[in-house]
Amino acid sequence: MFDTALTAGDLWFMMKGAGVTLAITFFAVVGGTLMGVTFGVIRSHVSPWLTLPLVFVLDIFRSVPLLIQLILANAFQAIAGLQISPFTTSCIVLALYTSAYCTEIVRGAIDAVPPVTRRAARSLGLTWGQDMTQVVFPMALRVGLPSWIGLTLGVMKDSALVMWLGIIELLKSSQIIITRLQEPMLILLIAGAIYFALSFPIARLGGHLERKWQEND
Amino acid sequence: MIEIENVHKSFGALKVLKGIDLTVAKGEVVSVIGGSGSGKSTLLTCINGLEPIDSGRIKVDGIEVHARGTDINKLRQRIGIVFQQFNAFPHLTVLENVTLAPRKVKGMGRAEAEEIAVKQLNHVGLGDKIKVYPGRLSGGQQQRMAIARALAMSPAYMLFDEVTSALDPQLVGEVLDTLKLLAEGGMTMICVTHEMGFARDVSDRVAYFESGVMAEIGPPEQIFGEAKNEATRKFLSSVR
Repeated sequence: MFDTALTAGDLWFMMKGAGVTLAITFFAVVGGTLMGVTFGVIRSHVSPWLTLPLVFVLDIFRSVPLLIQLILANAFQAIAGLQISPFTTSCIVLALYTSAYCTEIVRGAIDAVPPVTRRAARSLGLTWGQDMTQVVFPMALRVGLPSWIGLTLGVMKDSALVMWLGIIELLKSSQIIITRLQEPMLILLIAGAIYFALSFPIARLGGHLERKWQEND
Repeated sequence: MIEIENVHKSFGALKVLKGIDLTVAKGEVVSVIGGSGSGKSTLLTCINGLEPIDSGRIKVDGIEVHARGTDINKLRQRIGIVFQQFNAFPHLTVLENVTLAPRKVKGMGRAEAEEIAVKQLNHVGLGDKIKVYPGRLSGGQQQRMAIARALAMSPAYMLFDEVTSALDPQLVGEVLDTLKLLAEGGMTMICVTHEMGFARDVSDRVAYFESGVMAEIGPPEQIFGEAKNEATRKFLSSVR
């Protein structure tokens, strides 16, 4: 069909890069979601005045370009002599970045649960915690899931920026091979296909859950 | 027994309850009528502690609802409440809606909770809907499910807050029939209602509320026949 110098070894190198992308995305999304749920619950239950500092910090993570956050965080840890690896630094920064968006998703989803439904739960004798776990979270999940899936897919693509800290993830590994083989079209096509293969199951899972829940309405 | 003594309650500057006194004995059915904003619904949410009160006292079986040491979650198990808005838990089936509180609050096993739930659902005529999600039910069915859900906790008292107001007219009857059945079974009930026929037929006493004050209370014959209070007469002639 066409000539290429691409070897199985190169493909394996890209797959390892994809593994790094997946790992960073995983830690960022898990960490970011845990923080996001915590902050989101606080945001929806505590008066806006008290959460002002939290909102301000989260706004910084949402507003400053991720690349700047990554480079500044890495420089800071180096100056402070914290000896944190670029991988860990990347995971922490991306997790905070994810949590800033996740907080708003969670807050919006919790606020979408009708107060009267929560009243009904409490009037049955459910404690605040039981109301949250049995009624509010399951209902909020249905509201927030589509946005959360979008956030996760976005973070996976944004994770390419960690290459600026010297991490060889999927896009960087592709670039290295492109530099050597000078076949950008083919290699980017493969990289794109790998990103798609990583994203597709997550997107499908979201679609599947939404359809399943819709059947009940 | 529910004892309400001189209860005052405001939302900001708005005084909603201005010194309510009411005692409801075991087995008694009291209907509360009155215009919108008269404080009827607020009184119910105060009785089970969903709303704090500014002053006065509400005691349920001798336990003060708003006292500091009161275990409100425990007290609420004795007081069922059904609201005007349908508030089914949409992510749970009808059966799960009804078993949730018995299982989580009372710590019942699944089998025991389901047995009680099925009994209550049969009682309100939803025995064939237990596997269905609330989204598939009509408003009247959702309201009856809410009643079964409250009854599954075996409460000593039931509070009904305009439970038929959000229903299509043809669905009101089925819910009122359920309430009548409960009243005949000896349940102690306070019903805030706009259904005057229901109030007259089912209640032992009817209370008329106007702007945060209980203007008149008495047996239905008195309220609907020869109300002593001018405001009561005026209200009743306007709703007839």
